[in-house]
Amino acid sequence: MRAQRVGIEVSRAIAIAAKLANVDVVSAYPITPQTHIVEDIAELVANGELDAAYIPVESEHSAMSACLGASAVGARTFTATAGQGLELMHEVLYIASSMRLPIVMAVANRALSAPLSIWGDHSDVMAARDTGWIQIFAANGQETFDSVLCAFRIAEDQRVLLPVMVNLDGFHLTHMIEPICIPEQSEVDKFLPPYQYPLPLDPDKPITMGAFAPPYIYTETKKAQQVNLTAAKEVILQCWREFGDLFGRYYSPVEGYHCEKAKVLLLVMGSFSETAMSAIDTLRGEGKEVGLIKLRLWRPFPFDEIRRAVRDAEVLIVLDRALSFGGPGGPVCSEIRSALYNEDKKPKVIGFVGGLGGRDISPGGFKEIINRGIEISQTGSEQEFEMFGVRE
Amino acid sequence: MTKSEGELTWRGLEIGSIITEPGNASQYQTGGWRTQRPIHDTSRCIKCGLCAIFCPEGCIEPNAEGYFEPNLFYCKGCGICARECWTQAITMVEEEE
Amino acid sequence: MEKYAVFVPKLVTKRENFAPGHRACLGCGEALAVRLACKALGQNVIIVSATGCMEVVSTPLPYTSWRVAWIHTLFENTGAVASGIEAGLKVMMRKGECPAKEVNVVVMAGDGGTSDIGLQALSGALERGHDFLYICLDNEAYMNTGIQRSSATPFGASTTTAPAGKMSIGQVTWKKNMPAITAAHDIPYVATACPSYPFDLMAKVARGAAVHGPAYVHILSVCPTGWRSAPDLTIRIGRLAVETGMFPLYEVEDGKYKLSIDLPWLRPVQDYLKLQGRFRHLSEETIKKIQNRVNKEYAKLKEKVA
Repeated sequence: MRAQRVGIEVSRAIAIAAKLANVDVVSAYPITPQTHIVEDIAELVANGELDAAYIPVESEHSAMSACLGASAVGARTFTATAGQGLELMHEVLYIASSMRLPIVMAVANRALSAPLSIWGDHSDVMAARDTGWIQIFAANGQETFDSVLCAFRIAEDQRVLLPVMVNLDGFHLTHMIEPICIPEQSEVDKFLPPYQYPLPLDPDKPITMGAFAPPYIYTETKKAQQVNLTAAKEVILQCWREFGDLFGRYYSPVEGYHCEKAKVLLLVMGSFSETAMSAIDTLRGEGKEVGLIKLRLWRPFPFDEIRRAVRDAEVLIVLDRALSFGGPGGPVCSEIRSALYNEDKKPKVIGFVGGLGGRDISPGGFKEIINRGIEISQTGSEQEFEMFGVRE
Repeated sequence: MTKSEGELTWRGLEIGSIITEPGNASQYQTGGWRTQRPIHDTSRCIKCGLCAIFCPEGCIEPNAEGYFEPNLFYCKGCGICARECWTQAITMVEEEE
Repeated sequence: MEKYAVFVPKLVTKRENFAPGHRACLGCGEALAVRLACKALGQNVIIVSATGCMEVVSTPLPYTSWRVAWIHTLFENTGAVASGIEAGLKVMMRKGECPAKEVNVVVMAGDGGTSDIGLQALSGALERGHDFLYICLDNEAYMNTGIQRSSATPFGASTTTAPAGKMSIGQVTWKKNMPAITAAHDIPYVATACPSYPFDLMAKVARGAAVHGPAYVHILSVCPTGWRSAPDLTIRIGRLAVETGMFPLYEVEDGKYKLSIDLPWLRPVQDYLKLQGRFRHLSEETIKKIQNRVNKEYAKLKEKVA
């Protein structure tokens, strides 16, 4: 396949990324808005364009379980899901990470029932914060495509060997046609070495995977897991550097937009970053010293990068696309506040929750959020956080 | 020799807590569980091997002469071998200790 | 002419791939079933285990009783994990990513992990036609967690979540017919087995592993702890289960039923029930009900064979 820049649906681009990565096993269950991803992969396999086993499992729980098995014997494994599907496979996510199986999964972030919503927000993946997966958020089609390719490289690195979740907003990214540079197969082959699991299941070298841990050892297994996930950040940074060197697009855990001398910062994850950029442009045009922070790496949490990025601001407004009921509001805002707690110099952190269940926020909306955030930073608020755009 | 409980460190674990020593549970002495032990009367033993087939532990083996003997390191004293032996060559007696 | 006696047990491999040192109870029928199955399967196998008695007694970190490749993940997903292993190996061999060789993928799950929580994954794996063997080790309750009822618990048995009492006889439903359910998936091989008939069991496990496509072997595992029976009677109770018709031994090869033992007559179920404390509370009336049901089911089975 020749390198080309095409207008292509992001879901299809993900399928092509899986094809270029030469995945061995795809085990997936359809759920809106991920369906196009798995349909496209099934088509590639049926046409002989991708030599892989496509296992049409009977539920998401089985989808992730089949991925466990395939990964354990040394097959390059990929799956995709959304919303309820991610919840159904929830217990299996922990297994994938604690058993160190480098599965790559694209999550088309979708709101959780009830009431049923097929539209996008981050509530599905926020429930998976503690699962031990590496989690990356993509803001546009190109980022999504690149993140999937990088995900295989990161996951399968012998220093990492952890599963990776690439998050993209349901519908707002999955179903959009965007201009995406698709590299040549030979370029991808240079970037992505073949997968070699160090201790695969093999009758000739019998190992026991998944022994149970009595209290005298469980803590040690979790310590090992924590150390491993934290150390993965170095590998992620290295991978992104090498990706940039090869393909010309450089990624970092935290990206600033117009942050120089910004007194007020807005922090966003996912496709809202692009909309917010328009709002920042407008406000800058009006002379306001505002900037945008795009959080790309969610797990392992980039403490240093966040602290550095916000240190000189006075106000940091965080827009969450998920809500932790009865808690301090948005998960991202809570974690950022926690990361900044011990810093001597830190901005006031104001939390907003918006964009739930596919509700869009326009550039004008972001302007409102920023202005309201500035207001709250001056007058204070009785609420822990504000929900944006609610019709009272 | 596999490390004992108190000696296991997080650094000493394989990735994903994989166990790479097949069958290392054979270091564990289940023979300490039993309250009765099997006594084989070789004069009645016809060397059929049925006791070895029926032992849930898999700890009965033929000795050099072909008579089947339990490995007391593992034998839990369940009594299946005594019950199933065709020639009643095995009897269960109380453990003294 | 030299006279020599060769007893079949001595032809069985001495290698214990399910090594002693495991923590199963005294007289555990399930441990025996696993041990015998391992003898039939040999070294060329990847075992997928569900959470349950056998998983727990054989793998407390850092020890393992397994001398073959073995993986345990969760309780209800063995069908799916086995599917992934089987498909992964097939693809990797096809793409030249690993040396081509015969590998048997074998699931070992309990009755709970099969007929209750694991039924969906099993059904999916059977429908997709993966080449694997599914062994259900049926001790007729959730024994590992303390004898709670499952859908494989027989009528009238007392378990902790369906105990016998003034208002109940214990299990009020009949045992779910798992072999029939798997046979309804039109798979090449289904069989029932019992460690009390060890060579029959080993032959069936070997056959299930050799068959191309999904195979299901349902093994009755006598549990002295849960069934409240004497540990040394495990083999005898298993034999009685077969001889009374409570657990008939048969195979279904490509939809065709075949009895492993064509019993000329059935022993009264009372012979089997009276050795187990879990049936101790049963009235004569209930025992008669069980007897009638067994007679009916056995007759139905014989019709399928004819």
